[in-house]
Amino acid sequence: MTPLLEVDDLHVSFATPRGAVRAVQGVSLSLEQGTTLGIVGESGSGKTVLSRAIMGLLPRHSATQTGSVRYQGNEILNAPNDELRQLWGTHIAMVFQDPMTSLNPVLRIGRQITETLRIHLDLTKSEAKETALSLLMQVGIPSPVERFNAYPGQLSGGMRQRVMIAIALACAPNLLMADEPTTGLDVTVQAQILDLLSTLQHERQMAMILVTHDLGVVATRADEIIVMYAGNVVERAPTNVLFTQMSMPYTEALLGSMPRISYPSHTRLLSIDGRPPDLLSPPAGCPFAPRCPYAQGKCHREKPTLVEGAVPGHSYACWFPLPIREKAATS
Amino acid sequence: MGRYIAKRVVLLIIIIFFVSVASFFLVHLLPGNPVDTILGPNATPANTLIVNHELGLDKPLWEQYFIWISHVFQGNLGQSYTTHQTTSNIIGQSFPIDVELIIGSQLLAFAVAFPMAMSASRRPNGLFDQVANSTTFGMLALPPFVIAPVLVLLFAVHWHVFPGPASYVPLTQNLWTNLHAILLPSIVLAMGSIVVYFRLLRNDLIATLQEDFITMARSKGLTDRRIMWRHALRPSSVSLLASAGVTIGSLIAGTFVVELLLQMPGLGYQLIFSVNQDDYTVVQGITLVVAVAIVLINFLFDFLFTVVDPRIARE
Repeated sequence: MTPLLEVDDLHVSFATPRGAVRAVQGVSLSLEQGTTLGIVGESGSGKTVLSRAIMGLLPRHSATQTGSVRYQGNEILNAPNDELRQLWGTHIAMVFQDPMTSLNPVLRIGRQITETLRIHLDLTKSEAKETALSLLMQVGIPSPVERFNAYPGQLSGGMRQRVMIAIALACAPNLLMADEPTTGLDVTVQAQILDLLSTLQHERQMAMILVTHDLGVVATRADEIIVMYAGNVVERAPTNVLFTQMSMPYTEALLGSMPRISYPSHTRLLSIDGRPPDLLSPPAGCPFAPRCPYAQGKCHREKPTLVEGAVPGHSYACWFPLPIREKAATS
Repeated sequence: MGRYIAKRVVLLIIIIFFVSVASFFLVHLLPGNPVDTILGPNATPANTLIVNHELGLDKPLWEQYFIWISHVFQGNLGQSYTTHQTTSNIIGQSFPIDVELIIGSQLLAFAVAFPMAMSASRRPNGLFDQVANSTTFGMLALPPFVIAPVLVLLFAVHWHVFPGPASYVPLTQNLWTNLHAILLPSIVLAMGSIVVYFRLLRNDLIATLQEDFITMARSKGLTDRRIMWRHALRPSSVSLLASAGVTIGSLIAGTFVVELLLQMPGLGYQLIFSVNQDDYTVVQGITLVVAVAIVLINFLFDFLFTVVDPRIARE
């Protein structure tokens, strides 16, 4: 059986006046129906570009994309917009990063939900309204009838993100791309939104790609995690394997920079020194080497490729992988 | 929304009061004396005194204002000393010309500027965008007093497509002749608006099309056409609307050059004619009507803003 989504050696680069920015450099992944893939990395790691490239949303004139993206076995990378439009909304939908700017400020939210229902599912006006109201209810919006006629500006950030989820789910897509769906929200609301996404995903047997910079977000929600750094996949593993047997120092550093409640107060926050490399002229060796505490000469000279780890499904790109640790790091 | 409009209405009434005061007193500050015009060679000091008294010009100015404004409320704007037509009559004949010129020129300007801006913003700095930008820039350099004679020469004198100057007849008299005569001056007036509207809308559309909510709209599987019309156009047209409000206001009694060149006696034409004659009742009447019309247009546009962008009413 073919997986729902297969990405093979995807490269994305942007033409800029200073040269080509290689935002995604050879990413491969696959996703089965009903499962969740977490894509983790800091800002500028290429995770948002990757998710938009998979969906085909990048601007054609500035982004060059090579490799392969197959949805249900069909090649969709660089497919014409007319073809992609058949998938957008109905097969693949996206929840965007910033709920404050991703809803049209001059259209009532009801309209923004019913729009796709009427176009893609050919519902009548009243059918669409009914469906939209039930969607608003499902995403946990109180008094949906009143909210239906509200403008985005009249709703809080958490409410808007719920509306975005309602819009994305309207036409029952098979694959939901959630690009940092909780970044702009309060911590208390973050958990609610993520739980909502998980619940809806299970109810609908959707596949989900959850893009985030926060390992904590994917730890309990993803089946598999991909760690990205400077446009490369640097580690990839089923979630439990990643947290117990991480091999890539970057993954460790990312985990180490997460504050924990168990720490005494005033514990210094750990951060990763330095900045991600300039993607205009990536370093010859491992992209993380300049910031890596374990880096050796070879790391600066030769770029490591993804190699299979001891556990099936685990792979990492590192010359000197970390020794396997005894206990789970998530505790 | 209701509060927003109520606030505007109160403001409107206050503004109209001040406008009436200003149009009365400013006209009285003008040099020149209507009595001299009326009497002509018979302007002896004795006669001047009599006429002054008959016209009520010997009363204090504030009293004159109240007499005038109470007449205005009764629909009486006085009459001309030179032609003896009532001011309302003059305005009734010339105001439709302004209205027609404004509607004609603005419809033309929108009809050209909207599609142009929408095509240009699809591919910023693309071929169409560059051609459109340089064309409108060229148009900006051509004032009506250059365009009007050239168009008259080409279309009226040479090719006889449009009637020449002084061919205006009222709408009620002959619809076709009327529209035919109004078209050429409308084109002349539209030129200036096209440039401004195109540039404003193009820039705003380009900015809007980069917003997150447009990417979101694409990801919903909407067609480019729908995204442009439903999602991008409204949030992009606020500055265009603001500019249209100002432009339309300035065109009321502001099309004198075109009216003169094409011999259509609109408000501007009548106003300047009356000023030259020291015909202050007419000047006062026209000034008041123009001012009230501009205030009302601004009011209308304040309302249109909230229709186009509901965020404005909430602020």
